[in-house]
This record gives sequence, structure tokens and C-alpha cells, in this order.
Amino acid sequence: MRKNLNTKLAVIAVTMLVCIYGIIGLPKSKDELTKNLARNLRLGLDLRGGSHLILQVQVQDAAKAEADGTIERLKEDLKKASIDFAAIDRNDPATVEETDTIQINVKGIPAVKTGEFRSLMAERVPAWILIPVNASDYRMTMRASEMLALKQNTVKMSIETLENRINGLGLTEPVVRQHGRADAEFEIEVQLPGVDDPARVKAIMQTAAVLELYEVKGGPYPTQEQALSQHGGVLPFNTKIVKSVRTENTESWYLLSRIPVITGRDLRGARPGQDEFRKWQVGFTLTQEAAGRFGRFTEPNIGNRLAIVLDNQVKLAPTIQAKLTDEARITNLSNEQEASDLALVLRSGSLPAGLLPRAESSVGPSLGADSIHQGIVSGLVGLAAVVIVMLVYYKRSGINAVLALILNTIILVAALSYFQATLTLPGIAGIILTIGMAVDSNVLIFERIREELKTGKTIVAAVDAGFSKAWWTIVDTHVTTVVSCAFLFLFGSGPVKGFAVTLVIGLVANIFTAVFVSKVIFDFELSGKRQPATLSI
Amino acid sequence: MEILKNTNIDFLGRKWPFIIASLALTAVGLVSLAVKGGPKYGIDFRGGAVMYVKFAGKPPVDQIRASLGDVSVQEMTTENEVMIGTELQDERTLDANRRQMADKLAATFGQPSSGKLDFNNVSNQALTDRLREPLQKANAQLSDQQLQDLTAAILDFRNTPPRSGLLSSFDQLSGVAGVTPVILNVLKQECYLSSFVIRQVEVVGPKVGGDLRRQAVLVTLAALGGMLIYIAFRFEWIYGVAAVIAVFHDTVITVGFFSLFDKEISLNVVAALLTLVGYSMNDTIVIFDRIRENVKLTRREPLETIINRSVNQTLSRTIMTSGLTFLTVLALFLFGGPVLHTFSFALVVGILIGTYSSVFIASPIVVFWHSYADGKRKAAGVLPAGKQAPRKG
Repeated sequence: MRKNLNTKLAVIAVTMLVCIYGIIGLPKSKDELTKNLARNLRLGLDLRGGSHLILQVQVQDAAKAEADGTIERLKEDLKKASIDFAAIDRNDPATVEETDTIQINVKGIPAVKTGEFRSLMAERVPAWILIPVNASDYRMTMRASEMLALKQNTVKMSIETLENRINGLGLTEPVVRQHGRADAEFEIEVQLPGVDDPARVKAIMQTAAVLELYEVKGGPYPTQEQALSQHGGVLPFNTKIVKSVRTENTESWYLLSRIPVITGRDLRGARPGQDEFRKWQVGFTLTQEAAGRFGRFTEPNIGNRLAIVLDNQVKLAPTIQAKLTDEARITNLSNEQEASDLALVLRSGSLPAGLLPRAESSVGPSLGADSIHQGIVSGLVGLAAVVIVMLVYYKRSGINAVLALILNTIILVAALSYFQATLTLPGIAGIILTIGMAVDSNVLIFERIREELKTGKTIVAAVDAGFSKAWWTIVDTHVTTVVSCAFLFLFGSGPVKGFAVTLVIGLVANIFTAVFVSKVIFDFELSGKRQPATLSI
Repeated sequence: MEILKNTNIDFLGRKWPFIIASLALTAVGLVSLAVKGGPKYGIDFRGGAVMYVKFAGKPPVDQIRASLGDVSVQEMTTENEVMIGTELQDERTLDANRRQMADKLAATFGQPSSGKLDFNNVSNQALTDRLREPLQKANAQLSDQQLQDLTAAILDFRNTPPRSGLLSSFDQLSGVAGVTPVILNVLKQECYLSSFVIRQVEVVGPKVGGDLRRQAVLVTLAALGGMLIYIAFRFEWIYGVAAVIAVFHDTVITVGFFSLFDKEISLNVVAALLTLVGYSMNDTIVIFDRIRENVKLTRREPLETIINRSVNQTLSRTIMTSGLTFLTVLALFLFGGPVLHTFSFALVVGILIGTYSSVFIASPIVVFWHSYADGKRKAAGVLPAGKQAPRKG
């Protein structure tokens, strides 16, 4: 009996040591203690401050870009095969839901070339289905399988790009992941713990960061119309007009060549810095292949201008002073932050589609600090109240219950730490319910022991009966709650899931502390040589 | 110490006043819900933009309304904090709207045109960047790491209570480790102190809100269904039904109270409701377990007597447990701060209702059903009453 008890005590002691290690590690100083505590107890955004965002990937952008690429290729192919056409254009789906309606319209194919045209299409653009509208016009829609692959790929690439950008910000434990159903909801969930400037981070995430360098054909012009009228009212062949916003209020327009000399894909790196006038700038280096191309372009164009276009806006249009190869820069940025943010988005690559924020929840650092403070104060006050009542009501056995309760809380917190679960506000709700149910288990057992004592049983028999009779009640209450938690975990999202996990861990720990540990403490008390005449309960 | 000794209260005999009270509470809640057009959902369920802003003094509510235009401004229970909200139908305008609100607040209660930084709303990075050069000029030579540690310490001081994000004078910072008079001067020269701090921002598109709402209801129903099946399996199906009805009754009354007191139902409140479902279910099962045990011991007694005895036997446990849980939740309600306020409100109401529903709602349902079933069987002349006892356990 005594030996058996020692084994049980050892089990409890080891469990406790493992749990305490899980929470605070092996600290050598007070600083290390707080550091370990902060590392092991991962506080959720609502307690710690930070931002939680849900972004919808505008997959229609990718579909449109895909259609544009296809149109360009088609025009070249048709020219090569000497098939005439009147026009090739696409429609303009505006929302994610309309993505599937993307279509390319081909007009004015001569009737005699029909067969030739069809076989060319089948060979060159297999991703699209060709539907004849009439003798000379055709409609092309994207195959469903291709469309799905395109969408999913777009989301995947967006996540990768966002990860790159967020990692560049040096945050601790950011999360970027798919949100909702992969085939129907093109959403990304982003968690940014500790961010105190959500507006800036959001701007960094939403910047498309498409960088292109073009040859300037004319400009700047004050309006778009004037840009056109300078060239006889029609856009010259292979050119386009792009807006420039240098300062807040003044707009100007440039006429640029249609094909960029350099694109973001040619970048090897980008970094912020200051120029000779201490103005902020971003310098970028090009890949070897692009450097050759850039050199071949700049050499004959010395004295002409080059436009640096970011996200369809001319950032600046400097005059080419000398042959440039692998280095270029964007100068005249307003401050250090703009320079470092721009360098970051250029390094991390461009987004394949726009991102629309659908939900944002940002908790400021002061609110998080307040919440933790208030959480601790109210938790301690509540716990103290429970301890006092238990000690007054159950006297010495109350100590037993309080020990079990404290062990229960330690195991719960340690398990959260070992599972790397995040403690959120709903998680605290789970802890409170756990404390409530933990006390309940002890109360059930103690009340039962009191009842058994009244029937005239000996102390040992009454304790044994109390535990065994309360056992099934405890099982039933715990299993019912675990069953409901299983549903919460399976179907719930974020906060509700956290609640369920905390509660289940707490309940399992409670079976151990309220039934096993509590019994061992009673047994220990009753196993001495001098049997107590009465039980203090 | 014992509060109750061998009570023998005829609970079931006095059930009617309580059942009527329950029905009245439910009715009041439902009427309130009907009049107010359903529950008042928090921003996370409704969609829109909400900003929680803390002011140095009493919030200038009228001035906020005047400068922000079409928004709802609501003073919070905590001191000097307001909730500014707009409702929006179009997801595309959400983000722009949030920015606009922040800009207008800064324009009204700060000095954005002064060229200085608003210290009470500044981020770590922005402060570090801003101070680097002036500090060098002032001959306070700091390495990059030292500068970062300094701004982190300063902002940490600003954020922790009792400042809670709002500094009223830069001189408060003189106690922070590493802050020298030179640094303090540079801070004063580069920053100003506005009278407000944005504490929390919630922006939710209407579609996300709708999805969350549906999901919360579905999850709760699924959890209730799961419980019903387990209890039906362990006891008798009527016990499961009775327990679920009692818990459902608690939830409806609590939601009714939320409507009566004009409190919003947010995701956190849903977590609180789930807590109360678990708690109330726990309470009911303890009584049911006792009933099952007593039925096995004394088969010949009428069920009503057995249930009465069971409730009496578990009474001191019921009072102890709910009393203790109530204490914990009360502590949360009183000291938990604004974020936990509605959450603990739900639990304070829920625990009171949940405790009494186990006795006065769940148990009578079982009695009603059995006397109804017995009546039918007696009419058919099949079995005596005692044989209805649960079979398992």
C-alpha cells in the first residue's frame, strides 16, 4: 500500500516538473524567466496587440492578364500565318465572382481561312475553347480545369509574395495562409502579432509592385487629350499613355513605348539608400542577361529619356546620361520609410493579382497591455476567492482541493505551451470554465464523502466510496463537454477553436488532478501510523 | 462548515412559479428582440468599421460627431473611451473609410500640419526613423541597436497601464531607463502629444460578417446535438432532450438579456454563450446522474419523489459550484476591463439562469414525459410505473 502510494506520488511529482519546465524552462535569472515565459505562452493578437487581416485575391486580375498575354501571342501568330483579322479584344470581369466569364473576342477572320485559323488555334492556345459566333467572328472561353489551376496558382503565388514581404519586416511569428475553401474562396489570412502600424503594413502588402522601365516617346503632357492631340489625335503604333503622379496634386502624362525594356522579373536585388544630396532612393541591380539588354538599349539612347513605371504610374523619367548596364535607381523619395518599403516590395516580387481587404482587426499595443493586466488581476482575484471559500467550507480537505486546482491550472498552461497553442480571449473563457468544472469535481467528491460519513462508514471507506460514486458523474459531465468541443473544433473557426482546445486540455488534466491527485493526497493523509479519528471536511 | 443540512424541499411541487417566471423572462427577451429587430450584432457579425478611441479627458462626443460626419459615437463603460462606428455595405470602401476616420481624428484632435509626430499614436519604426538624425545632431551618440532599445522602452512605458497609451507630458518619460535630458529635448522638439489614442480597429466586410454569423449558429446547434446524443446514450433519450431544452432556454434568455440591456453580440460573446452551455449542461448532468442512481436503488417510488430527493441531495454541491464559478466570473466582470465586459456579462447572467434551469426546467420535463408515458401505458394496461427506470449506468 505504502509502496504503491510512493509510486503515485512520484508520478505526480514528475508530471509537475515536466509541466513547470514547459512553462518557464530552466531560468537562471529573472530576466530569463520573463523571456522564457513570453516565449512559451503565445498570446493571441487580442491580448498582445497586432493585426489580423483577411484579404481576397482578385483572381480576375490574373485571368485578365492571362487573356492579354494570349491576345498578344495570337496577334503575332496570325500575322506570321498571314491570316487577317479585324480586332481581338477581351471583356472586363470586375469581381472575383465574374472571373469565369472571361472571354476573348476575335473578329473579322476571312471565311476562306476558317480551317487554317481553327487548326492554328487548337495548336497554339489549347487552354481556350473556340466557339464560332458567325462566319467571321469567334468567342474564346477558358477551359474550366485551366481556370481552376490559374486561380489556385494565383492564390499560391500571392501567399508566397506576401510571405516574402512580411518576412522582410522582421516581425515575430507572422502567419500567412489560405483562408476558407481553396476552390471557391480565394482568401488569404494574415496574422501580424505586435504590429503597431497596420496602415503601413497593409500598404506594403497591397502594393502590386509591378516595376517596368520604358523608353519615353513624348511628354510630359498636362492631360491625356493633349498627349493624343500632339500626335494627330491617334496613338502612335506600339505606344501607350501612362500617368505620372510626382506630387499630390499635379498629374502629367507620358507617351511610352508599348514594350518595356526591363521588368520586375529582371531584378536581382533592391536596397534603400541616400543619394549625394542626402535624398532617399532605392537602388536596384539587374540580372546578367537583363544588364546586357539594358546596355544595348541605353547606349544608342543617350540623351533620350527613360521612364520608371511602378504599378502603372510613371515614378520618374530621367534623361539617360551614359550607357547603363546592371544598376539603376529610383531617386527623390520622401523619407527613409518610403525607400525601405519600396525596396522591400521590389525585392519580394510583384503580386499576380490585386488584394482586397475583407476584414481587419487591429489591436493597439496599449489595449493589449491593458487586457493582459486586467486578465491577470481578475484571474487572481477570482482564484483567491475560490481558494478562500474552499478552505473555509471544507477546512483541511479544502487544501487538497486547492492543490488539485493549482496543479490543474499548471498542467493546462503547460499543455498550451507544449502544443504551441495561442492563448486568446476565448481561450481565457475556456480556462474559466475549466476552473469552474475543476472545482465542481472536487465539490462533487467532497459532498459525496460527507454523505457517506453520515451513513456511519469509516473514514477510509467513506473516502473510497465518495471517489467511486462521484466517478461516473465526473465522467459524464466531462465527456459531454468534450463531445461538444469536438463539434466546436471541427466546424468552428479561429476563436471558437481556441476555446474548444483549451477546454478539452483542461478537462483531461482535471480528471488527473481531481480524481487521481486528490485521491493520492487523501490516501497519503490516511496512510500514517496514527489514523485520524475524524476527517476535516 | 455546512450551509445546508439534509434539506427536504419539494422542488417539483413548486415548479410552476419558476416555470412561469422562465416563460416570462423568455417572453420579455423575445419581445425585446422583436421590437429591436433581432439581436444587436457586434461589428464582427454585422460588417462595417469600428474604432475604439481613448481620450485624455472626457471624450468630446459632439466634436467627434461634427468632424467625422455620418458615424455612430458611443461612450464606453470604461472611462474616457468611445466607440466610433460606421456601417458599410460595400467592401471596397471599407479600407478607405477606416483611413479617413483616422485622418479626420488626427486633424481634429492632433496637429498633423505642425510637421511633428503624434507621439501617442506613433509606431516604433516611425519613431526610430524620426529620432535618428536629430539625436545625432544633438550629440547623443547611439548605435542603431541602442536607438531601437530606447524607442522600444519609451513606447513600452507609454503603452502599459496606468498610461495605457496616452502620455500627458513628455516629462513622464524621464523615469524610463536610458532617457537623458538631451533625448527628452529631442523628443519634445520632434513630437507632440495629441489628446487621443486609437486603441482598436475592427473592419469587417458584410459577407465575412454573414458567414461568421451562420457559422456561429451552426456550430452551437451541432454542439447541442452532440450532447443530446451522448446523454441519450448514457441515460434515456428524454433526459437528453430535457437537458438540451434547458440549455437552449438559458441561451435564449441570455440573448434576450443582451437585447434588453442593449449589449452587442460579438464573437467573444459566442464563446461566452458556449461556456455557459457547457456549464449549464454540467449542472444538469450532475442532477441526472443522481436521479439515475436513486432510481436503481428504489424502484418502487414515484419518479417525482426520486427527483426531488436527488435535487435535494445535490443541492449543496449545486450551490457551492455555481457560487464558486459565479465568484470567478464576477471577478472577471468587475476587473476584466472593457474587452471582457460583455463576455463576462453573458456568463454572470448565464450562470444564474443555468443553475436554476437544471432544477426547474430540465427535471420537470423528465417528470412530465414520464407521467405522460405512464398515463398512456396504464390506459393500455402494460407496465407499472417503476419499470420506466433507466436501463443503463
